Amino acid sequence: MNAVDAKPVKLAVRSATKVYRTASGDLLALDRCNLEIGRNEIVSVVGPSGCGKTTLLWSMSGLHSLTQGEILLDGQALTGPHPDIGLVFQEANLLPWRDLDANIRFPFEIKGQTPDNEWIDHLLHRVGLGGFGGKYPRELSGGMQQRASIVRALSLKPSVLLMDEPFGALDSFTREEMNRLVEEIWLDTPTTIVFITHSIEEAIFLSDRVVVLSPRPGRVQAEYEVPFPRPRSLEIMATKEVFDLTNAIKREIVGSRKRAGETVREVQHAS
Amino acid sequence: MSGTDAIPEFPKRSAADGADVSLTNMSALTSGPGVRSLWEVAAIAAVAVLIIGGAEFLLRFFQVPHYVLPPPSTIFMALITEFPHIAPHLGHTLVELLAGFAIGASIGLVMAAVITQVPFLEKIIAPYILLLVTTPMLALVPLLILRLGFGYEPRIVAVALAAGPMVMINAATGFRRVDSAKIALARSYGASTLQIFWKIRAPMALPMILVGLMIGAIFGLLTAVGAEMVGGGFGLGNRLTTYSSMIQMPQFFAVVLILSILGILIYMLFFLIGKKWASWEA
Ligand SMILES: Nc1ncnc2c1ncn2[C@@H]1O[C@H](COP(=O)(O)OP(=O)(O)O)[C@@H](O)[C@H]1O
Ligand SMILES: [Mg+2]
Repeated sequence: MNAVDAKPVKLAVRSATKVYRTASGDLLALDRCNLEIGRNEIVSVVGPSGCGKTTLLWSMSGLHSLTQGEILLDGQALTGPHPDIGLVFQEANLLPWRDLDANIRFPFEIKGQTPDNEWIDHLLHRVGLGGFGGKYPRELSGGMQQRASIVRALSLKPSVLLMDEPFGALDSFTREEMNRLVEEIWLDTPTTIVFITHSIEEAIFLSDRVVVLSPRPGRVQAEYEVPFPRPRSLEIMATKEVFDLTNAIKREIVGSRKRAGETVREVQHAS
Repeated sequence: MSGTDAIPEFPKRSAADGADVSLTNMSALTSGPGVRSLWEVAAIAAVAVLIIGGAEFLLRFFQVPHYVLPPPSTIFMALITEFPHIAPHLGHTLVELLAGFAIGASIGLVMAAVITQVPFLEKIIAPYILLLVTTPMLALVPLLILRLGFGYEPRIVAVALAAGPMVMINAATGFRRVDSAKIALARSYGASTLQIFWKIRAPMALPMILVGLMIGAIFGLLTAVGAEMVGGGFGLGNRLTTYSSMIQMPQFFAVVLILSILGILIYMLFFLIGKKWASWEA
């Protein structure tokens, strides 16, 4: 998994710059951010809150336009949402007026395609939701809702899966379960995954590479290879290597925060 | 990436924004008088018996004259004996209500859907809508009668004018409830603006639309009856003025009772629709 350079690049972020024009002035969210993600690689993006992670991910999905720079999918510039890219949102983002079946078939409805029932059934069973098709989101736990949203994202068989802090709202136990599930699904059907998270543990467990974003404006500040074999057992996760890696990433984030704090203070002094 | 400019950006919103805790929330309609236990039903019935029985007893005991307030039993009797004479008037009122409501609600819904898509337009129109909501349309009835005569027309117009803005202002609140994440979801699958409207915005707005329709219908009923009291020789409002001028108070209160029942039926109708189609919000 560590021969990243050998993999063809699936998704490339080239000098991505994003300026939000707000009532209180322009806000630079991303500043010439560069990132390459190999085919079937799992890359986690961590960074302080508000540093532009969601902005980066939405740009990669084609939902947001960049102010400057471009996103390349298989070498082609992305100009909008792409059927090859699946998106999993921060909260499960199911439509509460639809039952699970109707939620999962929503993408097909929008596209005017007949749903691939066999594949959907397979996925539902894979995530342990077989027989829950008639349930409404409010009848399901947060974990189950997020499972359903993963099924929805995978139902169109995307080759890229973008996940924005998908398990941030779940308790740590459910979260670990979901991490294992993502790994299993990936082992079943290798996919290129970009995974945004607050949890360094989660990032290390899931990824081939962890990317640390700087405080706003977001830029890639550091990258860490995660060279452990899959499936990653609890034993691996308890080794000193993982511990050291966790600390290194943590230090990187905390250090960047401090530096950002100093700049803020300097600015305040100046004004 | 210049081609993506067609994709609008969505303002950041917390999840809590979606579930606005306002007085006009649909939960007032769906979780209000929800399923009651047998005991509660019995208690409500007991209170009714107590009030009606108490009124009956007090009115008879103090020999309150019928032209002031007839006892409940007399009102019920009047309702039964007089109903054949009241029924055609009830029919007229219902025709006015249904026609006026259909017209007003349709216009209100379409306008709410349109103006909420164009924030600029909404800002310009908002004060006028508020004016329409707060102006008692009854005040216009004499003018309408002058223009449209003593038939159904002025009443239907008045009902439409009363119901339309109520429907519109509530539906607009519903349509304004954009959940950027849900719209982004639809967009990520390449949904068109029309698809986003029908598959995301409209279902999201439905609970508030139902609230608007209910308030609009009740305002429409009030306005229809009020308009009938102003002029024209038919309708329940006309019965009220006629009976009171002839001091036929049991009949008068029988009509009041019918109006109360109509109002409750309107409420129940929308409550049941909300239960069926918008209970996901409760
Ligand atoms: N639509 C928007 N309009 C204006 N500012 C925004 C918008 N979306 C995000 N931002 C701002 O851009 C910065 C980065 O946001 P975001 O990408 O959501 O960060 P993260 O996901 O890392 O927490 C934040 O300061 C945020 O307030
Ligand atoms: Mg975010």
